[in-house]
Amino acid sequence: MTAKELVEKFELEVIAGPNLTVEIDGAYCGDLLSNVMARAEKSNLWLTVQGHQNVVAVALLVEISAVILVEGFEYDEQAIQKAEAKGVNLLKSSDKCYELAAKLAASGI
Amino acid sequence: MQKQQIMCKEIESFDFQSGGEASSNLKNILRKLGVNSDLVRKTSIVTYELEMNVVIHSLGGEITALISEEELEIRVDDVGPGIEDLDKAFTPGYSTASNEIREMGFGAGMGLVNVKRYADKLTIESSKENGTHVKVLIKLF
Repeated sequence: MTAKELVEKFELEVIAGPNLTVEIDGAYCGDLLSNVMARAEKSNLWLTVQGHQNVVAVALLVEISAVILVEGFEYDEQAIQKAEAKGVNLLKSSDKCYELAAKLAASGI
Repeated sequence: MQKQQIMCKEIESFDFQSGGEASSNLKNILRKLGVNSDLVRKTSIVTYELEMNVVIHSLGGEITALISEEELEIRVDDVGPGIEDLDKAFTPGYSTASNEIREMGFGAGMGLVNVKRYADKLTIESSKENGTHVKVLIKLF
């Protein structure tokens, strides 16, 4: 599934979408950046409540397919600018982290 | 074997805007050099953790990367204030970061633990007077 298909299927909001044709493979949930660095895998979606610019840096290093900010949190303006510049997809959902993760898992991600 | 310098970047204290750029630059350089993706990932994690330590805890510093045919060397030198208790700094979960930093998802006390996990060799010297000097070796084969 591509990020674009994911957005349509789960009615996610695209905050920055410079690379929506990227393929998704699995997902990781977490808000501690060291853990995300160590445990998330390439092409994973990353579900988090962190919306600041260092999320973009971590997503870029781990090669996350898209960040999904859950539970209605907002991205910082600097995060959005950085994501557009560096090609990182930033999505948003009002679902709770577990609810969205369960939906993703049920769909085979 | 002579090592060649492939990157040297200054890191400023509390510069969250540029935080991660040294790691990101190094990642691109290593990819262009044809280093395999597992090693690029390991190196990225190590460099990012150390880079953010400089941003969060130090008064500024510098990251240098060198490469030979056998190994990669990452050197991180800052100007202080030093790590008060090195043993504690390697304890999973131990952190001296402020609440503000923790709220951003840093300060989980896993930074140096991650560095140690991925480094083939790690040396740290730290003092109040001379700052912190980290050297990490990652074998390329």
